[in-house]
Amino acid sequence: MAATTRVAAAVATAEIAGRLATPRRDMSGAIAHVILIASVVVLAFPLYYAFVISTQTLDEVTSLPPKLVPSTNMLQNYADAWARAKMGRLLLNSAIVALAVAVGKIAISLLSAFAIVYFNFRGKQAVFWMIFITLMLPVPVRIVSTYQVVSVLGWVDTYWGLTVPLLASATGTFLFRQYYQTIPDALAEAAQLDGAGPLRFLWSFLLPLSKANIAALFVILFVYGWNDYLWPLIVTNSPEMRTAVIGIDSLIPRTSQLPEWNVAMAAAMMVLLPPVVVIVVMQRWFVKGLIETEK
Amino acid sequence: MKRTVFPNRWLPYALVAPQLAVTIAFFFWPAFDSLRLSLYRASPFGDRLIFIGLGNFQRLLSDPAYFRSVATSFIFSALVTVLGLAVALLLAALANAKIRGLAVYRTLLLWPYGIAPAIAGVIWLFVFHPSFGVLPYLLSFVTTYQFNWFLKGWVALVLIVVAAIWKQFGYNLAFYLAGLQAIPGSVLEAASVDGAGPIRRFFAITFPLLSPVTFFLFTLNMTFSFFETFGLVHAVTQGGPGDSTSILVFRAWKDGFEGLQLGYSAAQSVILMLLVVALTAAQFRFAEKRVTY
Repeated sequence: MAATTRVAAAVATAEIAGRLATPRRDMSGAIAHVILIASVVVLAFPLYYAFVISTQTLDEVTSLPPKLVPSTNMLQNYADAWARAKMGRLLLNSAIVALAVAVGKIAISLLSAFAIVYFNFRGKQAVFWMIFITLMLPVPVRIVSTYQVVSVLGWVDTYWGLTVPLLASATGTFLFRQYYQTIPDALAEAAQLDGAGPLRFLWSFLLPLSKANIAALFVILFVYGWNDYLWPLIVTNSPEMRTAVIGIDSLIPRTSQLPEWNVAMAAAMMVLLPPVVVIVVMQRWFVKGLIETEK
Repeated sequence: MKRTVFPNRWLPYALVAPQLAVTIAFFFWPAFDSLRLSLYRASPFGDRLIFIGLGNFQRLLSDPAYFRSVATSFIFSALVTVLGLAVALLLAALANAKIRGLAVYRTLLLWPYGIAPAIAGVIWLFVFHPSFGVLPYLLSFVTTYQFNWFLKGWVALVLIVVAAIWKQFGYNLAFYLAGLQAIPGSVLEAASVDGAGPIRRFFAITFPLLSPVTFFLFTLNMTFSFFETFGLVHAVTQGGPGDSTSILVFRAWKDGFEGLQLGYSAAQSVILMLLVVALTAAQFRFAEKRVTY
């Protein structure tokens, strides 16, 4: 008797819980959407605001209350920004640096990781540690001395100076080494039986298998190369060699200047677009890259 | 270790040569040169170096401005990291439900990562602009206090903290959401049946299970706020007003490249290196103890 009551009570509780649970689950879904939409909107607002400013006239920019809708002066502002900051050259420089850093680092780290995983050679341990200790110290902690090395090489104000010093880091090597170690030994054995030499194996087997890792590294490095600020600031003197992130500094109105924020924001929009597009388009690899390079 | 190795005497050396060359030229040489330079100062005309032993370090450690920079750096990084992660985790926990469209949200959250810190700073500079910005305008209805970051150090600090968090926030949230999705619902249900309330469940189960994500994001945000925010400071506040936003990397750059005190700047680099090594070591100790995988 007691047992039946207990079972009935349990069923009743379960029923009540079930009835309550359904609407609650719907509620939590709705709450989730509200929170996520709010986050997305708050995150997007500054960008929207910057875009709106970049379409306004000087009068509209300086009027209060601030106007939060796009206006008609967009083309004029973008043309002004383009001409005044020599945006064509700046964006070209940024593209060269970002691509050279990405491609260069992928190339040298593919090769060194291949050597470390697939060969035994004298001094391998030393080489391994020399490369991996670079993970410890980022460029900003050795700026003065790195600049001196570049100036001894005569690389100040050149693309070499802008790109090669940024290659001295082991993130890529680490990533490829980790990946190669997961590839079964049988693959290399089979390639050797077929008479493929090491370079053939690298080119025809490892490279195609590494596509996803290469894409992941590419997104991270492209964004890094495009957005890096400290190093190009130090290593370039002439306006022609500046990259876009530092080159638009002259357009930002300081206290005593005409507050042409519309032109400054037009320039900012042009500079931020390429890396943002790369991230959105290559999103899957971007997430992979973020996780793999930080491991 | 691989058992299949290619027998070749010279090829491996050729393969590691490019990376090794770059590493030696732009990592080891500069790192050791920083150590050497930190023991010298430039002569008044800048034409030769004078050995002064630990003079630069003595000067640094007796300079209140340097300690202000140390404090600014730590406060800035702590605010960016802790605030950014705490809010992201809170929102992610509240938004943790099986819903449609998560992939779309992820895209809409991740894009700010692509914006350079300096550009993020310029955008926020205008949002905070004392004369035309929307934020001081809105605040003027609430208070007569002047939120002028040109004049007030703490407002300038808030400005760069907000700009830095803005850039990082979306992917902090995206990673926490992904982490939460990976926690099996049955675990939380079991706790629920045992009578654990939502707050108890969060601290007893969700938070520990998320510790790898937190650790990953913590490292990423600390590195970012310490080293990659130079552009933000340089483009927006120039370390000011006064030296209220002079983070360590900015001071090292300013003393080295504007003040042309190479030895003094190199000494700051050496201290930064020691700091990074110490932080990395602490991080790994912490990871071993606290992170549950």
